[in-house]
Amino acid sequence: MKTIADLVAESAFFRELAPPYQQILAGCGRNVVFKTGAFVFREGDESREFYLLRAGKVAIEVDVPGRGAMIIQTLGEGDVLSWSWMVPPYKKRFDARAVELTRAIAFDGACIGKKCEADAKLGYEFFRRFTVVIAERLAATRLQLLDLYADRP
Amino acid sequence: MRTDLDPRGAEATALDPMAVASYAVRRLKGETDDTFTLELQPVDGAARFSFAPGQFNMLYVFGVGEIPISISSDPLKPKTLWHTTREVGTVTRAMRQLKPGAVLGVRGPFGTHWPVDECEAKDVVIVAGGIGLAPLRPALYRILAQRDRYGRVVLLYGARTPADILYRSELERWRARFDLEVYATVDRAMSGWRGNVGVVTGLIGRAPFDALNTVALVCGPEVMMRFTVQELQRRGVRAQAIHLSMERNMKCAVGFCGHCQFGPWFVCKDGPVFRLDRLREWLGKWEV
Amino acid sequence: MTQRRQNRPPHSPSPRAADRGRVRFDRPEFGRLLGGLAAQGYQVIGPTVRDGALVYASVTSPDELPVGWTDEQTGGSYCLKRRNDAALFGYTLGPQAWKPYLHPPTVRLWRARAGHRELDRLPEPAADPPKYAFLGVRACELQAIAIQDKVFLGGDFVDPWYRRRREGVFLVAVHCGQAGGTCFCASLNTGPKATFGFDLALTEVIEAGRHYFVAESGTDRGAAVLRDLSTQPATPAELAAADRIVADAAAHMGRELDTRGLKELLTRNYEHPRWDDVAGRCLTCANCTMVCPTCFCTTVEEVTDLTGEHAQRWRKWDSCFTTEFSFIHGGSVRASPRSRYRQWLTHKLATWYDQFGTAGCVGCGRCIAWCPVGIDLTEEVRAIRRSDGVTLAQQLTA
Repeated sequence: MKTIADLVAESAFFRELAPPYQQILAGCGRNVVFKTGAFVFREGDESREFYLLRAGKVAIEVDVPGRGAMIIQTLGEGDVLSWSWMVPPYKKRFDARAVELTRAIAFDGACIGKKCEADAKLGYEFFRRFTVVIAERLAATRLQLLDLYADRP
Repeated sequence: MRTDLDPRGAEATALDPMAVASYAVRRLKGETDDTFTLELQPVDGAARFSFAPGQFNMLYVFGVGEIPISISSDPLKPKTLWHTTREVGTVTRAMRQLKPGAVLGVRGPFGTHWPVDECEAKDVVIVAGGIGLAPLRPALYRILAQRDRYGRVVLLYGARTPADILYRSELERWRARFDLEVYATVDRAMSGWRGNVGVVTGLIGRAPFDALNTVALVCGPEVMMRFTVQELQRRGVRAQAIHLSMERNMKCAVGFCGHCQFGPWFVCKDGPVFRLDRLREWLGKWEV
Repeated sequence: MTQRRQNRPPHSPSPRAADRGRVRFDRPEFGRLLGGLAAQGYQVIGPTVRDGALVYASVTSPDELPVGWTDEQTGGSYCLKRRNDAALFGYTLGPQAWKPYLHPPTVRLWRARAGHRELDRLPEPAADPPKYAFLGVRACELQAIAIQDKVFLGGDFVDPWYRRRREGVFLVAVHCGQAGGTCFCASLNTGPKATFGFDLALTEVIEAGRHYFVAESGTDRGAAVLRDLSTQPATPAELAAADRIVADAAAHMGRELDTRGLKELLTRNYEHPRWDDVAGRCLTCANCTMVCPTCFCTTVEEVTDLTGEHAQRWRKWDSCFTTEFSFIHGGSVRASPRSRYRQWLTHKLATWYDQFGTAGCVGCGRCIAWCPVGIDLTEEVRAIRRSDGVTLAQQLTA
């Protein structure tokens, strides 16, 4: 059985991080499983955790009255889910639902925050990785906004 | 006077590049809301139509006009010719009204083709966006017909919504194969869709291929291709191993009319398939 | 870059002019030159005066030539004036080169009838175009013909309509004795002396009360036509006079274009603010492309009759200055006038080198004279060269 530390060390997100730091962060994580259709979190929930997806698929959804729930994006193996735990008002902005059986490591935001404050180098390394995720997500969203395959691009 | 037009290959095209051959509609198949496939057969049933994956034909509707459409059928089955297109203009609208037996004019095949031979012994990653899957389908047919000659074969496909996914049942069949990895994604979907949502470029990062030993074939809207190229190169795929199919206004298909110029290139005869390193300095420039 | 075959067009005259002796014939003999060509079955097309401009049209006698006329051309202006002599070729160029004869503005590609089992394509009646002799072809125009030969005959595909007209054309060149206000062939090495591609080349000399032509043949059939005239070996003095006239034209070009690194200059200045500047003046009227002797772009139109039973496919000159030109589903690729002017100029002076191995400009200056607002491509290139590498941002902060 792999430990959280093993899984952290194997993940693309933390792979390049120095092993002592991987150990520290692993201390803030726990294994979680979501059955197909289960919500990982709901819009408006207090945002305390983020997730490193190990397997499965999660849809980020938003309910549009009159149209139903729309999927904005799906995330899968190796992806990081949720950053609202870092930014005020610390509430989940969207629904996240497992489209299939999903395994993840849930990281406690408060725990991570403490570790990063205690060691600024760790804090820098951690947030630098998160920034890359946010930037890529934003770039993809912009591309999605172009509605490239529409009749009149 | 009635003239029998011999369906012909490139030789006759060189003699009279405007000569058309008569083809009859065998079937018109609706693909998605706004796309359809024409299945054509030469009026002279014995004729074969030889083409290479990625080439296009000029299709003429009597009394309406002529437009370029990529060939989307199997090059190894040259007796029928498939063309998938979107209903966007007067000619395609008229095409969609055609009934089986109606006669179309066909000129071609024209243009450069996907370097399928160059893919041998390599991984092949095919990235398609929207109707860009149509000109890539012949390449997939060719590769699957001699599957053992290639390494891993990966198809990454992006469409607007689940309803806009082209060749859906065929994609399902391909997905079920063990020797072909198919990943599809849509830009938007309602809850309940079990596939991926997100841009097709997002699939490149985790697709299983060896970047240093891969040939990439890319077709879709130009912006999608530009971002796809960035992701492929970030994975380490060299520019010389990336091939794009460009779209420009083609009227004559043989380099005489000037409409399809893209920088120094005539897309109709220097393309539509280009190796990235030949296009790179023009891609992304405005209004070229 | 793709290497294309550099085929000579069929029956292309070979450049052997230097091997043959130059002879002189006097002005009264000129009518016999026309007669000789006509006797060989040629329809002679030459300069005439029509609607206040020089127009290439059918000519049967020297009197129909613009005898004693000259032209004055500058940016956005063209007018004919009287000379004080009776020169036959004492001018430079009219608005149209020989393009309409070789690459007509409209061509019916084919006709079709609504068929049942087949598309009933009716071949065009095989009306062979007349056998033309072009009289008074200038050096820049020979180069323009050579350029269109490459476009329509030099690649993998051959344009049968162009080839049918081009084959067998007899070319009588006239070396320019004067340069127009918008001429810059000397900058592009395309004139004012015709050096290739002609059957006959003439220099018109009027001095010391004499009016004669120094002639050289470029082909055997040119030599044959010359043999039927009453000619004398040209004396050293006559040859010197002829050479002096052409040298004088070369020295008095109205415009100049610095071609050093031209392709690279324009390519690296693709976002130069000068494109915005010229776009502010350009009307995108397409005049420049219509008068340009090398512009070859066309579109195809479908014409049907009221019964819907008959359709025709017509090929017509088109211009990269229209928004429809670059239309792909969804819109025009070159929506702004800036991008359309840039496309035209960079095609002529940069990407043409990639496509066909030469510039697409011959220095005839027609696009300058016939531009309603007098846009001068030599001036546009000069402006870009002066501030090579400037970007819009730099200009705004300067």
